[in-house]
Amino acid sequence: MIASLLILGILGLIFGILLTLAHRRLKIEINPLVEKVTNLLPGANCGTCGYGRCISLAEAIVKEEAEPDLCPATEPEIIKKIAQLLGKEARIKEKKTARLLCAGGKKNAKECFSYFGIKDCQAAMLIAGGNLLCKYGCLGFGSCIEACPFEAIKMSEDSLPIIDPEKCKGCGKCVDACPKGLLQLLPLRQKFFVACGSEDKGAATAKNCSVGCIGCQKCVKVCEQDAITIENFLARIDPEKCNNCGKCTEVCPRGVIKQLNYTPTILPPPLRGRIKVRGN
Amino acid sequence: MISNDLNIFLIFLSALLVNNILLIRFIGLCSFFGISQRIESSLGMGAAVTFVMVMSSSVTWLIYNFLLIPFHLQYLRTISFILVIATLVQLVERFIRKYNPTLYQALGIYLPLVTTNCAILAAAFLGIDYHLSFLQNLIYALGISLGYLLAIILFSGLRERIALSPIPKAFKGVPIAFLTASLMSLAFLGFKGLFGL
Repeated sequence: MIASLLILGILGLIFGILLTLAHRRLKIEINPLVEKVTNLLPGANCGTCGYGRCISLAEAIVKEEAEPDLCPATEPEIIKKIAQLLGKEARIKEKKTARLLCAGGKKNAKECFSYFGIKDCQAAMLIAGGNLLCKYGCLGFGSCIEACPFEAIKMSEDSLPIIDPEKCKGCGKCVDACPKGLLQLLPLRQKFFVACGSEDKGAATAKNCSVGCIGCQKCVKVCEQDAITIENFLARIDPEKCNNCGKCTEVCPRGVIKQLNYTPTILPPPLRGRIKVRGN
Repeated sequence: MISNDLNIFLIFLSALLVNNILLIRFIGLCSFFGISQRIESSLGMGAAVTFVMVMSSSVTWLIYNFLLIPFHLQYLRTISFILVIATLVQLVERFIRKYNPTLYQALGIYLPLVTTNCAILAAAFLGIDYHLSFLQNLIYALGISLGYLLAIILFSGLRERIALSPIPKAFKGVPIAFLTASLMSLAFLGFKGLFGL
């Protein structure tokens, strides 16, 4: 009885001393500032900043190797707070959101064959560039949804991804994930955008899809700011010149010029806790 | 029982394949299903388990043979072994965090999880139950841990493929993982015919 108590006690003591020694010898100095900055960052570990994890970016920001606005997912108010912590002047980048430059979907875009393979855009792309007649159209298997670290993208019933501009932080992960290159980051203040990526001639686009841009020049003529240009039979709006008057939407015979329904809230709800934990 | 004059190579193979800890003995299944979605994470877990298992079963062997047996305190082995494992994991965690932060970040939560992995405790017990010598025990623990690594990597490779295949809704996720594991276990049962231990 006494021997057992002694032996267990001695073992516990030895291990305790060992751990204490290890704790002393292997002490890790953590700058309290790093912790504060980490808590302010979104915490999605998306890697867009180039640092892999939010904590690594926080370390870099504190060491002044990186600017506080390097994270595209951080709100301007938060960037200001981080800059305040470091005693710096905040530099604020313009906020961008991802837009889907396709309005096709099951209803409007015509299929050229039925696809039964893996439900993944990259896989579908391997077979003759996808199952749509329009070689530019959204395949609708949702690779962008998988890629989004902020759960900002949902699939509509029409097999078109819908991006929630409130949740979208403009990290650009979906832009890289789309094999068709249909997602683009546009400044939030630009309300109107041409939801089509087809560079086919007008007649071909019209045959493949009921909502494709046919390059008819109507929007170019109506725009008073000269913000719209047509290149490769496809209209594009220059965000620098556009004043959001909305006349182009009214004249478009195909209804491809879409409006972003978004009024920015003053203070966004805290991101922490809403973010999906990635990986495991 | 493994006798004392047994070939070290046979002990190693027995632990690695014939009595694979995950697929034949069914020990340590929680982590086997918990973190086998991706090959990278299962590699990290496998590496952490290998390291801790070899270290801990050596230390527990010493404690059992030189501390517990002389005082006839064999019944204390469970609690003292858990003590050893917990301490070792803590030490290893601190050490890696200090000298290799990149590896620490890669291992992440798996390192502390190793503490509660029953396979580690099982390896310590099995080595003692088979009355192995110190060297044999070391090789046995190495075999068990490499068997763990092998099984979990094979399994996560399968799961990565399964995640992309069209599976009936009722089987998606864990059910198909259970089925896969049982089929893998059947395959490993084939090694039973190699030699008997």
